Parts: sequence; structure tokens; C-alpha cells
Amino acid sequence: MSDNDAAEDDGASTGEPSFEAAEYADGTVTYPPHTVGPNGAERVGTVDLRQYEGRVVTWTTSTATPPGVREPNTLAIVEFEMGDGYDGPPVRALGQIAEREDGSGEAFDVEIGDRVEPVYADELREPGAGIREPESQDWDGFRFRPVE
Amino acid sequence: MERVAIVGASMTRFGQRDAWVRELLAEAGAAALDDAGVDGDDLDHLYVSNMASGEFEGQTGVPNALAHDLAAQPAYTARIDQTSSSGGAGVYAAWQSVASGASDLTMLVGGEKMTHRTTSEATDVIASLTHPVEYKQGVTLPSFAGLTARLYLDEYDAPRESLGKVAVKNHRNGVDNPHAQFRKEVDLDTVLDSPIVADPLRLYDFCPITDGSAALVFCPESVAEEYAPDGNYAVISGIGGATDTHVVHERADPTTMGGVVDSSDIAYDMAGIGPDDVDVAELHDMFTILEFLQSEDLGFFEKGEGWKAVEEGVTDRDGDLPINTSGGLKSKGHPLGASGVAQVYEIFKQVTGNAGPRQVEAETGLACNVGGFGNCVTTTILEGSQ
Repeated sequence: MSDNDAAEDDGASTGEPSFEAAEYADGTVTYPPHTVGPNGAERVGTVDLRQYEGRVVTWTTSTATPPGVREPNTLAIVEFEMGDGYDGPPVRALGQIAEREDGSGEAFDVEIGDRVEPVYADELREPGAGIREPESQDWDGFRFRPVE
Repeated sequence: MERVAIVGASMTRFGQRDAWVRELLAEAGAAALDDAGVDGDDLDHLYVSNMASGEFEGQTGVPNALAHDLAAQPAYTARIDQTSSSGGAGVYAAWQSVASGASDLTMLVGGEKMTHRTTSEATDVIASLTHPVEYKQGVTLPSFAGLTARLYLDEYDAPRESLGKVAVKNHRNGVDNPHAQFRKEVDLDTVLDSPIVADPLRLYDFCPITDGSAALVFCPESVAEEYAPDGNYAVISGIGGATDTHVVHERADPTTMGGVVDSSDIAYDMAGIGPDDVDVAELHDMFTILEFLQSEDLGFFEKGEGWKAVEEGVTDRDGDLPINTSGGLKSKGHPLGASGVAQVYEIFKQVTGNAGPRQVEAETGLACNVGGFGNCVTTTILEGSQ
């Protein structure tokens, strides 16, 4: 399933970074990547989660957001459908729900169980507005939008 | 291993205070020394539970500052930071220091100064404990609570009102706590009509931002009578600490707090008891949903049944298992580093029969202090001396 080169090629062809998860020697996949897998297995490769759809496990709309974060901020935990060949623990991500494309500035409505796909955003939160050192981490990443 | 007793306890008024962190710690520390009848220079070890005095106030090195203010030199000092569970981790460190024989007299003081910051800033300081992939999405601890509450209500067919009843109960309990930030009852309609903070949770599902401090004095059980001659001491019969994933969405079951399960297993085993033997408990109700999750993961109720206990009044002060007789973090307030210490303060008062109007019938009590969103947990079991 994993293919380091393929993941990098995908990123190059679309001009956006991959949605990088880690694969470990026992076949487990995690997002975000860790030094070793949940069972202690060593990391062997990278999986690009852009190629998977996910389902909304749960969601919330936060109205009390910290500095540099959109308000309101609708967030979901999404579980990726990794296919029948994957028997590791669930692969999930926490992400913002993307805004509608009708110019309203409102996030899409989602419910538990809805199918969603990742969509790239070059800035999820304003670097430096909050307490975290801007250079210490990335600020781009993936939101989720309902699959038509 | 020495059995460890608690022979002195204090807490400041929780709420919006003019005092800064150093002054809050000294206020609680001096009162606990007085309660145990000892002086600062009697201490072998002095621990401070605090999450973020540097970030909130620009004051670091607080254990040394406190030691000087209480004339406790040359006591060994250390700051214990485990985010919201710094207090519980401090209890663990203090217990360890005496149980190991390294210290014959240890004081723990937990404290935090927060209210000078805006809610947005304070929320961000706390959210800085998250992983970079969580932080950049703008997640906050309240949003983890909203995410988990929605899933819990959906999976276990629990009514939204049941969460509100946790807030109603804990506010009712807080009325009788002179140290509590809020000493005012709220009705269910007020909770359910309050502004949304993290859908489906509303303002009254959340604890406030708080300044305050609490302190405990520890010694070997064998000499406890010297400090507490009337038998007004409690014994730490069990204590356990455990860690869950840093990244919250990686947990197998998002409605189970593995750190609560694991830490309480250790504590029950050490105490030689089970959940049915607990008479009173202080749980980390930073959000109402957390009281359900902990009451289940501690084994008090079956998974998915914690909400029914609240509906049926089982956890009321006059119920079979009173939970959060202090008012909990919900009404007492949540000065991060102080909260786990203040939980044990309440259980200490309960099992020694000194809880005043909040008193319930209790020989054995439990405190569960949670950091992050269940990321780090300490469970402490106390038994009265008599």
C-alpha cells in the first residue's frame, strides 16, 4: 500500500504537499507520523491520505477560538477508509471542515457518518498569533469537505 | 515501602484573585504548614504543582521562590508540570518521596494564576499542550469535549439534558464550599439555554478560568500521630499514574480514557479494593462530559451508563456514590496546577470527617485528576485513620 516515491510524485504533480501518514513494519498506519508505531514497530514508509475518503466520526463547532483561529471553527475527527487489506488500528485525523464555495464564509454542514475528502489549505491558522513559536511547526494542511 | 499519611491541608479561596502565583502558593503553603503544626524548615522536600507560570505570568522558578518565602531552605524543591494533572502528579511525587524514605516530611503546593489573561489567551496557553497537527487546526480543550460529547450522546443514546444535570449537581454542591469560585445554584434551563461554546456543549458545561492554590503535608504513617494527634489524618492506600496517547484522535475508543482505566487499576490494586468500595469521589469535571467518562472508566458504572447515574441521583451528595461534593472544577474553579491538590484536599476532609456541611459518610475516597484530554491521569485513594 505504501509507496514513498508515489506519494512524493503526487505532491509534485499537484503543487501541494501530501497528507503524510506513517507506515510501520507491522503494517500499521498512523497520522501524524511517530518515531515508532503504536506497537513499537519501526517506521518503514509514508502513506498519502489524500488518496482515501473518510467518514466523520464526530464533529463540533467551537465558538471560543484562540488567537489566529477562524471563528467559529467547525472541527471533525475523520476515520479514513483504508481498504480491506488494512487490519491495523483506525487511521484518523482531526481537521477543520472546509468552507462552502458559495461565498457565505460558513463551513459545510456535516453529520456523524458523512463521507468526506481532504482539501488542502495553505494556512489553517495564523502563525505567530498564538503562543506557539511560528518556526516550530507547519501551518498549512488539510481540511475536509463532504463528498458529492 | 512506607505507607504515607496526609497530616495537613489547606486551600485558598478559588476565583478571581489580586494575588500573583508566588503569593497564592505562599498563602496555601503557610496555611498547610500551620495545619500540620510544622515550620518551613521542618520540610525535607517541597514540591510545586504548576502548569504554566512562565507562560501566564513570566514567573519561573516558583518552587525556589516558595521555599524562600516560607523559610524552607535547604529543602529539596521541584516543580511538577503535567498540564491539568500537575496537581495529581504532585501528589504522586510527594507520596513517592515519603514512601521511598527519601523524605520524612514533604509539602506539596499546587497553584495557578490565570484570570489576568483573556479567555482566548488562557485557552491558547492550555491548547499549547496539543500536537502540532492538532494545534494548527485551532483545536482547544473545549473542542475536544464537544467532539467527545457528541459521540457519547450518539453512541449511548444519552439525552443532552443528562450533561446539564452534572452542572446543576456540581453547582449545588459548590454552594456549601467556602473556597469555591461559584457558590450559586443554576437550574437546568439556564444550563441548556446558555451560549454554545463547542456544540453540543454550552457555557455551563465548562469550568471557569481561575486563580488559586491548595497544599498538603505528607509524612510516614508511623509518625502521623505526632502531627495529627487527634487521628485527623488520612492514609494514601493506593495511587497510580498513567499516560494515554498525546494525539487524541489516535485512541481506539474516543469515549474511553485509557489513562483513567490504567491509573485506577494500579491504585485499586495497591489499596486492595475495587470501585464498589469507594464511598466518595472527586472527578476532573473540567467539562461535564468528563464526569461521565471518568465515572465509567473508574469502574463505578458500566460503559455508557454513567449518564443514568446522574439522572437517578446516585452521584448526588445524598446518593449512593457522591461525586464532586466540593462542587468539582465546575463550580469550585480550575486553577490548573492547584486542581489535583484541591481534589485530594476535599477527599482528605471527607475521610477525616471534617467536611462540614458537605460531609458524607465516607471511610474511603478517590480523586481522579486528568491532564490534557485524558492524556495524563493520576488516581489517588485515601482512607481515614479511624
